[in-house]
Amino acid sequence: MTLTREGFQLRANCAVMGPGITAVIGPSGGGKSTLLSLIGGFEFPDEGAVFWGDQDLRPLAPGDRPVAVLFQDNNLFPHLDVLTNVALGASPLARPSDVARTRAGEALALVGLTGYETRLPGALSGGQQSRAALARILLTDRAVVLMDEAFSALGPALRVEMLGLVAELLSERTVLMVTHDPEDARRVAGQTIFVEAGKVHPPAPTDALFADPQKALSDYLA
Amino acid sequence: MADRAQPIGPGGVAGIAAAVAIPFLILLTTGAIVWVSESGAGLAPSDWAAIRFTLSQAALSALFSVVLAVPVARALARQRFPGRGVLVTLLGAPFLLPVIVAVFGLLAVFGRAGIVNAALSFVGLPEVSIYGLHGVVLAHVFFNLPLATRLILQGWQDIPAERYRLAASLGMTARAVNRHLERPMLWQVLPGAALVIFVLCTTSFAVALILGGGPRATTVELAIYQALRFEFDLTRAAFLSLIQLGMTAALALLAYRLVRNTGFDPGLDRRVMRWDGGKGILPYLDGVLIAAVTVFLLLPILAVVFRGAPEIAGLPSQVWASALRSVVVALVSTVLVTVLALTMALAVVRLGRHGGWVETAGLLAVAASPLVLGTGLFVLIHPWANPEGLALPVTILVNAVVTLPFALRAIVPAYRAVEADFGRLADSLGMTGWVRLRLVVLPRLRRPLGFSAGLAAALSMGDLGVIALFADPDAATLPLQIYRLMGSYRMDEASGAAVLLLGLSFALFWVFDRGARGAEV
Repeated sequence: MTLTREGFQLRANCAVMGPGITAVIGPSGGGKSTLLSLIGGFEFPDEGAVFWGDQDLRPLAPGDRPVAVLFQDNNLFPHLDVLTNVALGASPLARPSDVARTRAGEALALVGLTGYETRLPGALSGGQQSRAALARILLTDRAVVLMDEAFSALGPALRVEMLGLVAELLSERTVLMVTHDPEDARRVAGQTIFVEAGKVHPPAPTDALFADPQKALSDYLA
Repeated sequence: MADRAQPIGPGGVAGIAAAVAIPFLILLTTGAIVWVSESGAGLAPSDWAAIRFTLSQAALSALFSVVLAVPVARALARQRFPGRGVLVTLLGAPFLLPVIVAVFGLLAVFGRAGIVNAALSFVGLPEVSIYGLHGVVLAHVFFNLPLATRLILQGWQDIPAERYRLAASLGMTARAVNRHLERPMLWQVLPGAALVIFVLCTTSFAVALILGGGPRATTVELAIYQALRFEFDLTRAAFLSLIQLGMTAALALLAYRLVRNTGFDPGLDRRVMRWDGGKGILPYLDGVLIAAVTVFLLLPILAVVFRGAPEIAGLPSQVWASALRSVVVALVSTVLVTVLALTMALAVVRLGRHGGWVETAGLLAVAASPLVLGTGLFVLIHPWANPEGLALPVTILVNAVVTLPFALRAIVPAYRAVEADFGRLADSLGMTGWVRLRLVVLPRLRRPLGFSAGLAAALSMGDLGVIALFADPDAATLPLQIYRLMGSYRMDEASGAAVLLLGLSFALFWVFDRGARGAEV
C-alpha cells in the first residue's frame, strides 16, 4: 500500500506473522507512526489495502478493527477513574457493565494495580499509568496490539519492566511496537521491521537483522 | 488527505441544521426589513442626526475607554499587590452587569441627586447633568474601560518575560521599556480594542434609552424603538434597521479580522516578573490610578446595592413575577444556546477541514444587533399574530442567537482540543455517539460549557432590548419592569428591583460557571 501526504510517501508491502512481538524501528520522520496509523484505521492508504488474514480492514472504523492501540500519550481519560478507564476496553458504553468492571479489576490485578481502582490517572505515576493502559488492552478482544512509543516517557528501568509485562501478558497476540531503542527490539521482539524514508522493509528475525544490518540500518544504529 | 472522515451522527446533523438555520433567520429578518423598507422615502433629517449621534458617541466612547485603559493596564501589568487577582476578575464583571443596573448606579453617583452633584453643590459649584451625549459616553466608558483594560493587559502579558529580563539586565529606564517593548505591542492591540468597543457602542440601546433621547441624543437603535413603539411606523423602523445592520455588519467583520482575543482569556493573573515598576514615584502613580479605577467601577454598584438592598423585601408582587419570568427566559435561552453551540461544535469537529463554515455561520450573529433581529421578527409576526403575545419566545430566541458567538468561541476550540487529545483513543475503543459525548466530550468541556452557559444566562437575564420592542404590559421581564418603575419615578422600588436583578444575574453566572468548575476533575 502507499500513502502520500504533504510531500511524504510511505510504501509498504509486507506481512507480519503472529502471534508475537514485532518491533518497528527507524529514523524519526521515516514513517513508523504513519504505518501504525494505517493499520489502526486513523489514516487511509491511497492505494492498496491492509488485511488481517483474509479480511480487508479498509471499510472498518478504528473501533471495529481487530486492533487495540497504546499511544505515546493520552492513553487514559484523565476525568475517569482507573477502573472505568480499564473497563472501557471490554465495554465502551456510557456505563461499563458490571461484568466489564469485574474483569477490569482482574486485569488491574495482573498488572499490579489492585487498590488503584478509584484513583484518577493524574494521581498515578507514569509507570502506573502505562500499566493501567496495558490492563485495558488485556480486556480488549483484539488480536493485534499497536504500541506507538508507548513507554518512551518512562525511565530505562521502568521501560524494561513494562516490556517484560507486555511480553508476558500479550504473548497470544500480534504486537507491533514502534521504538527508537534497538535494545527494546533485541529484548522482546522476535522480528523487526525497519522503516526509513517512507520505505517499509519486510520483517526479519531481530537477531539476524542486527547481526548483519544493511547500510541504512547500520547508519541508523550507528 | 488520507484522514478518515468521521461519521457526522445525529448531533452533528443537528449542528449543521443550526448552522443553516441561523444565517437563514438573519437573512429572513433582513429580507422582511428590506421588503417593508422598500417604500421608504429616504433618510429624514432626524435619521441623519441619529446616525451622526450613534457614530460620534461610539467614537468618543471607544477613544476615552482605550486612552484611559492604557495607563490602568500598564499599572496592573507592572505592579503586584494583594487583591490584584480580584481586581482583574472584577474588570470582567461589567460585561455581565445588566445595563439598566449600571445606569441606575451611574445615576446614583452622577445623577441630579447623586453623590457628585451633592459634592459640587456643597462647594458651591454648579450641578452637572448626566443626560445627553456625555452621559451616554460616561456609561459606555463605565462598561468598556474594563474591557479595554483586559484586552490591553492581555497584550502586556503576551510580551515574553525574557524581554523584560533583558531590559532589566541592560538597565533600561521605564521610558526605554515603553519605547522598545510596550509601544510596539500597543500599536498592535489598540486599534482592535478600540474597534471592538466602537462596535459595541453602535449597538447600544438601553443606555441611550435612559440617558439619551431627544433630537440630539438618539441612537439609530433608539430611533428604531421609537418608530415601532411610539409612531408604529414599520417602514421607518425597517429602514433604520437596515442602516443599523449595514453599519454593525461591516464593523463586526472588521473587528473579527482585527481582534485576536476577547479579553476573556485565562492567565491575566499570571505572574510576569518586572523590574521596571518599583522605581521613584511609579508605584505611587500606578497605585493612584488603580485606586481611581476601582472606585469608578465599584461606586455606582455599591450605590445601587446600598440604596436598593433594604427595598427588596417590600417589592411589589409584579416585580417578583417579572424576576421569575426573567429567570425562566434566561434559563431556556441558556439551554437553547448551549445545545446550539454544542451541536455546532460537534459538526465543526466532525466535518474536519470542511467544518469552518459551521462556526462562521454561528459567528454571523455578531453582525446582527438584537434590536434589528427583533424588528425583523416583529415585521414577520405582525401580519399573523399579535407580537406582544410572542414577546417571551422571541426574546429567548434572539438572546440565544446573539450569545451564540460567545458560546462558540468558548466551546469550539475546547472541543477541537478534546478530539486532538483523545479522539484516536476513543476511536480505537469504538466509542461513538452518546457514549463518546457522555464519557469523553462533556467531562472535558465542563469549564467552557459552564462559562458560556453562565455568560448566556447573565446576558439574557439583563437584556433590555427585544423585550422593549415586543413589551406586553403583563409579561415584562425584570429589566423592563425596572425601566417602567423608573419611568413612573418609583425610584425606591426600582432600586430594590435593580439589586434583585444584579443578584440574579451574577448568581446565574456563578451557578453555571462555578458549578462546572466544581464538578470538574
